[in-house]
Amino acid sequence: MKKIFALLLALVMALTLFACGTNNGSATPSASASDGSAAPATGAKQLVAQIGPDPETIDPALNTSIDGGSYILYAFDCLLNVDKDNKIVAGSAEKWEPSADGLKWTFHLRSGLKWSDGSALTAKDFVYSWKRVADPKTAAPYAQTVLGMVKGFDEASAGDVDKLAVTAPDDNTLVVELAHPCAYFDKLAAFQVLSPVNQATIEKNGDAWATKPETYICNGPFYIKEWVPSSYILYAKNPNYWNASAVKLDTMKMLLIEDPNAAYVAYQTGETMMIKSVPAAEIPALKDKPDFHLDPLEATYYICLNDTLPQFSDTRVRQALSLAIDRNYVAETLMQGTYSAATSFVGPGISDWDGSDFINNGNGGKPYIDNSDFQANLAKAKQLLTDAGYPDGKGFPAITYSINDQGYHKIVAQYIQQAWKELGLTVNVDVVEWASFLPQRRAGDYEVSRNGWVLDYNDPSNLLEILMTGNGNNDAKYSSTQYDELMNKAAAEADPKTRSGYLHQAEDVLMADMGTIPLAFQNEFSLQNDKITGSWHSPSGLWYFQFADIAG
Amino acid sequence: MAKYIIKRVILAVVTVFVVATITFFLMNLVPGGPFITEKSISVQAQEALKEKFGLDKPLIVQYKNYMLSILQGDFGLSLRQRGRTVSDIIGSRFPISARLGGISMVVAVVIGVPLGSVAALNRGKWGDKVITVIATCGAAFPSFVICTVGMYIFGVHLGWLPTMGLTAPANYILPVFALSFYPMAYITRLMRSSMLDVIGQDYMRTARAKGLSQANRLFRQALRNAILPVITYVGPMLAYLLAGTFVVEKIFVIPGLGGQFVSSILNRDYTVIMGTTIFLATLVIVINALVDIAYKFIDPRVQLK
Repeated sequence: MKKIFALLLALVMALTLFACGTNNGSATPSASASDGSAAPATGAKQLVAQIGPDPETIDPALNTSIDGGSYILYAFDCLLNVDKDNKIVAGSAEKWEPSADGLKWTFHLRSGLKWSDGSALTAKDFVYSWKRVADPKTAAPYAQTVLGMVKGFDEASAGDVDKLAVTAPDDNTLVVELAHPCAYFDKLAAFQVLSPVNQATIEKNGDAWATKPETYICNGPFYIKEWVPSSYILYAKNPNYWNASAVKLDTMKMLLIEDPNAAYVAYQTGETMMIKSVPAAEIPALKDKPDFHLDPLEATYYICLNDTLPQFSDTRVRQALSLAIDRNYVAETLMQGTYSAATSFVGPGISDWDGSDFINNGNGGKPYIDNSDFQANLAKAKQLLTDAGYPDGKGFPAITYSINDQGYHKIVAQYIQQAWKELGLTVNVDVVEWASFLPQRRAGDYEVSRNGWVLDYNDPSNLLEILMTGNGNNDAKYSSTQYDELMNKAAAEADPKTRSGYLHQAEDVLMADMGTIPLAFQNEFSLQNDKITGSWHSPSGLWYFQFADIAG
Repeated sequence: MAKYIIKRVILAVVTVFVVATITFFLMNLVPGGPFITEKSISVQAQEALKEKFGLDKPLIVQYKNYMLSILQGDFGLSLRQRGRTVSDIIGSRFPISARLGGISMVVAVVIGVPLGSVAALNRGKWGDKVITVIATCGAAFPSFVICTVGMYIFGVHLGWLPTMGLTAPANYILPVFALSFYPMAYITRLMRSSMLDVIGQDYMRTARAKGLSQANRLFRQALRNAILPVITYVGPMLAYLLAGTFVVEKIFVIPGLGGQFVSSILNRDYTVIMGTTIFLATLVIVINALVDIAYKFIDPRVQLK
């Protein structure tokens, strides 16, 4: 028996040696981070949550993802913030005011602001950070969105960054001059892309500054203590944050789990107190549990018709296709109530000029799409298609409906196939891999395609402008002179009320044309233990855990 | 021997070069790109990004630049995970996959070889039957079934074992079980049939006639010959396990190389795809070469040419 053991042992040793050999070569933090999950010191409050997979970047200027936005939100404090009721409140700036013509915004910073490393933070840091966003060398994806209206942006984005009209007359004042009025500039000042970043660490470490905890200098409620890619980010309370007394947690551990089933298991075993990625199959069983939460999201699920194709050029056809869809069935049954039936393009939760819901003021207070009587809608749809010259769908070419296979897209596609069959139309579903799907849809290389948009900031223009002629996100290739004119008028208007009027009129035009077919408004579902108190989910998809507490 | 190794090295370099070239052009043929994201970014930003990473140049120039830089050992920056180098990404993730895969392989060999031998020596008896059933199950169940069932029973239902991450030794139990089950079953079956083959050979009868003890016959004569097919199998299997396995990594939330490789392809993170492909190709070649050399030591009949 000894010899067999000796032989096996030799084999085992050879194999382990090999495995170890490969380990030693490149020792990394992740290999030695075993203490990360250890329970914090007694009495310390730790919140554990899962809101997404490993973020590609948490550099405020480079991030485009919503979960990345939350990770940045915990570490950075913008000039302004968004509160629980989705209202703009003071942040690093305690006061702010636009000039009467709306072309100059002045922000008054709190005195004594500090970076997480203890050094002083002044208005000059904001000047540096904002110029960095505009700098083509940074290649910030959202530069145009957040700074496009600032005077000198075009020169800055061509390389002459000092042309950007953002100045700091003194350490506590930041002045921004705009090329044209922007009624929602306060919302942009609260957007994560415009967080202040630390010049010293960026100049020393380059792009890599945002990949290591020790170089990730920030100014928000928390700083990053550990980041094990694809495993977790551990935040610790930042004593140098101006409002540190409002932060009740000692640490926050954000688990970076991609697979919803894995996240659900982690929730069931108590390894996390909250998960965002809930497996869709579990929803019917979880729906009535107290820890299942459904929160509105500023997001619209819609169907793009390729408006450049002759068969979709007739408004009656587009209206018919829209009316033939039973949105209540889609939202309530197919999407298990995690979506709400769409009645317009701009969904709930998006504020109008006076703070009321934009959706309630549209179309004279009536919904654009009446979902209450589906049979009547269907009859109307048949009539419209007949009027357009396709009685019972005769003569209409077969439709290809393109989707990527994720979430509810496939079931919705199958439903659309049936729904439009009622009109006598043939629909073929084409499932395309995500990274190939995007360029195909953007290039207009499709017939009908599912689409969606989550608003970046709480203003209807962020959604409406994507359907302007030539917009990079106008996948429907919708083009209406009247619509473009109204949108341009709105963009140039300083008075919020008049501006809102233009936006409502634009939506009227869009819905009358049915330039794109709104299907459902998205909600976000999550599981959250009631031990977490004082947290909230914003309609823009961010999870506000930084001021939360753990009960008992 | 030295001549043999030099030959293998040259062959390996050529193979890796061919693999890299094919991957480079195939990857660029696939629609999509690293900077085409769900929300379209401005044309200026796209141009700036392309310029920053040299993707604005013609493909053939990009290919030349890439090949020249990897010759200098520079695998470049990730296009999607801004600020991280490809070497950093592989360097931080491979050790995790390798440790998990290495342990699983050891477990598979340590259990599979004795099980197979015992089954062969007890052919037709109940022990053999039990082992054959286990081995058949192992070969038939896909790893994700074992993962989920194991996770449900021991993690969720009984709460005995942790289900995510690799932070403590207990965290290894479920993923190692899931990863080693199939190779263990395969090795058992291989070992059983090759052992049966060997014990029926003439030289075994001669050894018995010479009066050698049973232990001597089994361990010195039989096992050494019978283990050869297992070694042939262990090489590629080891390479497969060390490279990280996407499914098991995903289910148990293990930050290994397998998951990273798949997501780099889905995200069109060209530099990470290239770096990982070259790295894994080299790994497979090295392990195969080591297996061939190991053969020489175990079986003197083998000639290395």
